[in-house]
Amino acid sequence: MKPQVAFFDFTSCEGCQLNKLNFENDLLDILKHVDLVEFREAMDDKADAYDIAFIEGSISTPGCVERIHDIRRRTKILVALGSCAVNGGVNAMKNLHPIDEVRETVYGADKYLFSTLPAMPVSSVVKVDYEVRGCPMTQQDFLKLLVALVMGKEPPKYGSPVCLECKLNENECLYNRGMVCLGPITRGGCDAVCPGFGQFCTGCRGILDNPNLDGMLDLMTSHGISLDEAKKRMLLYNSNEVQL
Amino acid sequence: MSRDLNIKVHHLTRVEGHGNIVVNMKDGVLEKAHLSIVEPPRFFEAMMKGRSFHEAAIITSRICGICSLGHQLTSLVATEDALGLEISEQTVLLRKLLIHGATLQSNILHAYFLAAPDFLNVGSVFPLIATHKDVVLRALRMKRLANDIGDIVSGRAVHPITPVPGGFTRIPEKAELLEIKRRLLEEALPDGIETIETMKALAGAIPQFERETEYISLKHADEYAMYEGGIYSSDTGILPVSEYLNVTNEFIVPHATSKHAKFNRNSYFVGALARWNNNHSQLGEEALGAAEAMGLKPNCYNPYMNTIAQVVEAVHCILDSVRIIDKLVDNGLKNEKPNQTPTRYGRGIGANEVPRGILFHDYTYDNKGNIVAANCIIPTGQNLANIDDDMVKLVPEIMDKTKAEITLNLEMLVRAYDPCISCSVHMLDVDFIE
Repeated sequence: MKPQVAFFDFTSCEGCQLNKLNFENDLLDILKHVDLVEFREAMDDKADAYDIAFIEGSISTPGCVERIHDIRRRTKILVALGSCAVNGGVNAMKNLHPIDEVRETVYGADKYLFSTLPAMPVSSVVKVDYEVRGCPMTQQDFLKLLVALVMGKEPPKYGSPVCLECKLNENECLYNRGMVCLGPITRGGCDAVCPGFGQFCTGCRGILDNPNLDGMLDLMTSHGISLDEAKKRMLLYNSNEVQL
Repeated sequence: MSRDLNIKVHHLTRVEGHGNIVVNMKDGVLEKAHLSIVEPPRFFEAMMKGRSFHEAAIITSRICGICSLGHQLTSLVATEDALGLEISEQTVLLRKLLIHGATLQSNILHAYFLAAPDFLNVGSVFPLIATHKDVVLRALRMKRLANDIGDIVSGRAVHPITPVPGGFTRIPEKAELLEIKRRLLEEALPDGIETIETMKALAGAIPQFERETEYISLKHADEYAMYEGGIYSSDTGILPVSEYLNVTNEFIVPHATSKHAKFNRNSYFVGALARWNNNHSQLGEEALGAAEAMGLKPNCYNPYMNTIAQVVEAVHCILDSVRIIDKLVDNGLKNEKPNQTPTRYGRGIGANEVPRGILFHDYTYDNKGNIVAANCIIPTGQNLANIDDDMVKLVPEIMDKTKAEITLNLEMLVRAYDPCISCSVHMLDVDFIE
């Protein structure tokens, strides 16, 4: 029997889901191997139970907490998709500011009308079995995981930095071009796509295990930005992972 | 007819983000009809505080995956305005090409995958793979080409990489652009013509509902405005972008985490239908021919026809992209570096037409190039009051239908706006209450 697959979105831009709708060349082939039973962005159907639930987005309201517990109870395997779900992503930047100030900036005097919590990774509320990192997650990375799960194998893990993949691609180092890049401490698996297109790494796949954060800050500040600015850059995607 | 009706559609499907439709009628008197926006608040304006101008567009593109290119470019225009960064003609042309790619992708996705299933009595595009495989493959082909424009020119169609303040980190090669041109003419144009035939067949099933409202879009002196121009209201004419706050007048309602907007009336319409009503005379004859074939006439007051206006724009995007590529190649592609040396620090405003309507970004920078204040006003947010007003007029007009038919009509209405709720909250469920 084909595995029953469902997609759910929480606090996010839905860009990772959109990337799945963008499998123009492979979509029909993928659907031969899985039963898509729930995917609100593209279809009306709803299901009671699933083999694999893919979760996009952070947990950031009391309603989100209730929904993710319900999904966890219905699914055998739960996968966090994209940086919002894996570590809070850009949503977690709001955790760096006092919550009342954040609410007042956007909703003014009506700040108490809408409830909010700190932006949390899915794993802080329920057990996450697998993750696909990135902002957005790449289609290739998602497919590798899906193929592994459908075949009953263990999906690939990435332990080396973006910097290594960048060097293997023989890109010119962006530090030589006057940019400040998080490639040395960021988890790879993206094929160094941003540096490959001439743009600095923003750290969207999360920080490596055992990173040399002080060394990273030294490197950044020795290339012309203040310590304060260097810390902010490091926190862009990793406010929930790094304590500075 | 004295009727009690209670409709509640929770987490409306085939739209981007989370919203509910709520309709409550007692003894034939409509007590409540609105789109409730339940998307968790994102707080982007608060997160932007203190961030460098190098990061602003990277962060704001994450407001929405579907509209990431639109947010990114509008953010760049605002930053360049605030910091006095001049950009080249080549940068403007490449940005216009990217907007056409993103608009083509989004309009085709909405027309085929999100809206069309309602006309064929199916819940999604997936059953159509068995019954209408050639149509699904055509839609996928058009989407792929549109996304390839994004991948080639901006590095990645979802959350683009290369567009930065002052220009691009990588300039596409001539051969890459010429290959896109070949596919636009040999694949996308015939697919576009077939799309008109498909949509013509569906257009007969579009609900007959009209409500004349205020239509707001950009207007440009020389072209069908997508990138830059002045703000045009069908009621009161043109205003400079610097006066956008006098147009949007955002206000908070308890039933939506995204803010509503109004200008000269209780509500206004933004998006493809507003652009069509305001700027149709600037379209080429092929796009105008497509509109005529599908029954879209100038000054159309039927919001369900927004989807048809999107298909007309798809034809425009295909042909205008060819024109832009010709111009880029004729001018000779130059390997320009982005101009990132600020000549001033202060406030800047960007306004562009993105698939769902007019988008504003407004930033103020301190003298280190860090953001002090940010404001983003999103097309779907601007449409919410108009959707509520449509529902209030529509529900009494279709009271003799069954509850299921009324619900479908309301869902189709909301989908016709192609709402993007993540965007608007930086919103959708249908609740009928009985």
